Amino acid sequence: MNDLSGAVGYPDVALAVALVVAGATISRLRGLGLEGDMGVAVVRSFVQLLVIGYVLAFVFDGRGGLSGVLLAVMVVTASLTVGRRARRVPGARLVAGVSLGVATVATLGVLTALGIVPVDARTIVPLGSMVLSNAMASAALVMTTLRDDLAASRREVEARLSLAQTAHQASLPWQRRALRNGMLPIVDSTKVVGLVALPGAMTGMILAGADPLEAVRLQMVVMYMLLGGNAFAAVVAGELTIRRLFTADHQLARELRRVTP
Amino acid sequence: MGDRFEYVDVRVDGDDGPIVSGFSARIPAEGLTAIVGPSGAGKTTLLRLLNRLDDPDGGAVLLDGVDVRSYDVLALRRRVQFVGQVPVTFPGAVADNLGDLSGDEAAALLGRVGLSPALLTREADRLSVGEAQRMCLARALAIRPGVLALDEPTAALDAASKDEVERLVRSLADDGLTVVMVTHDQRQARLADRVVEVGR
Repeated sequence: MNDLSGAVGYPDVALAVALVVAGATISRLRGLGLEGDMGVAVVRSFVQLLVIGYVLAFVFDGRGGLSGVLLAVMVVTASLTVGRRARRVPGARLVAGVSLGVATVATLGVLTALGIVPVDARTIVPLGSMVLSNAMASAALVMTTLRDDLAASRREVEARLSLAQTAHQASLPWQRRALRNGMLPIVDSTKVVGLVALPGAMTGMILAGADPLEAVRLQMVVMYMLLGGNAFAAVVAGELTIRRLFTADHQLARELRRVTP
Repeated sequence: MGDRFEYVDVRVDGDDGPIVSGFSARIPAEGLTAIVGPSGAGKTTLLRLLNRLDDPDGGAVLLDGVDVRSYDVLALRRRVQFVGQVPVTFPGAVADNLGDLSGDEAAALLGRVGLSPALLTREADRLSVGEAQRMCLARALAIRPGVLALDEPTAALDAASKDEVERLVRSLADDGLTVVMVTHDQRQARLADRVVEVGR
């Protein structure tokens, strides 16, 4: 079979840098000033991927118990990133951490409990990282949308609170909007999958020599998994963000209240 | 009759120093009380303490002699209805805004605030500002509160609707509700049975 499994060596990687050189040349000729960034990107990607390659090899080599640790490190890293993007939400890193953790564990839990994938480092780690990287975008969108919308609609939210609605009831219209925002991208990309782009997991399997239909079946599982993972992340992020943006006494959090004296 | 509310040495901090500090005053259970003072003196902030949209950073606000923070906050807010300066309408018709009421109750309530029952089916966002402000008062009354806390209830209105809302507020106080109204308008303050001054 004429596949790429085991066919790419370091000399090949070095040759592929030719394409980066082409990119840098274009940047140079057109005065884009991106050559430096491209160099940094090449070096960073080389180092990061090499490190994760060795880490994965180490874990897969009979140390599957470390998968949990590896995923935990990924969740923490992702939470810091989301926490930075949604920093106007009080306690954003913790909110992100819990929602991403729940999304990853719940999604992998369902996949393994139903026996769809085996409990094995070689499946758990890559699938978990896919759930996580998608859920990141979702959680960040929910958190920032909710915070900014509630701040902008402060008057209406407080009118609802004044009518003795609970914080949850008073923020319901904005929660819906934020959750929709957080989930629409994955719903849309699930709709057009295969029509616009051949997704990563499937392309990877095909390049590695798998039967295309086998690759397609895996991709289906991956898409549904990402959809579920994003939904979990969105709903948990939404719930926790609301708790941070209101006090236990159904008041808007101080930083949202004191926009004007 | 005694006092409905008492502010005891209240301090509220803003981002740059206190908005209000060392404020003490009593609001009687009967009639209309106006809280007056220059803009920026913290009148609205003081009103927001009554239904706990805000809490004081020092001192306390008492309702019937008990710290407002000791009441269940949702029960407190049902009892003390706050209506803001700019009318807030919710999506849907006027009837939807008024909550779970029978058609007759809703029509009677609109009549009470001087609006035609024909407006019940009107989309709330198509009301004039004056109509919307009166709808907000009707929405507050639908909860059957004992206290109305009104923040500059006529600030967003034209002269004609202003007069009507002032008459309405006066008649609600005459009907036995405790009405607390923030205003910067000295003429409007003369409608009140009692005036509480907030200095700078």
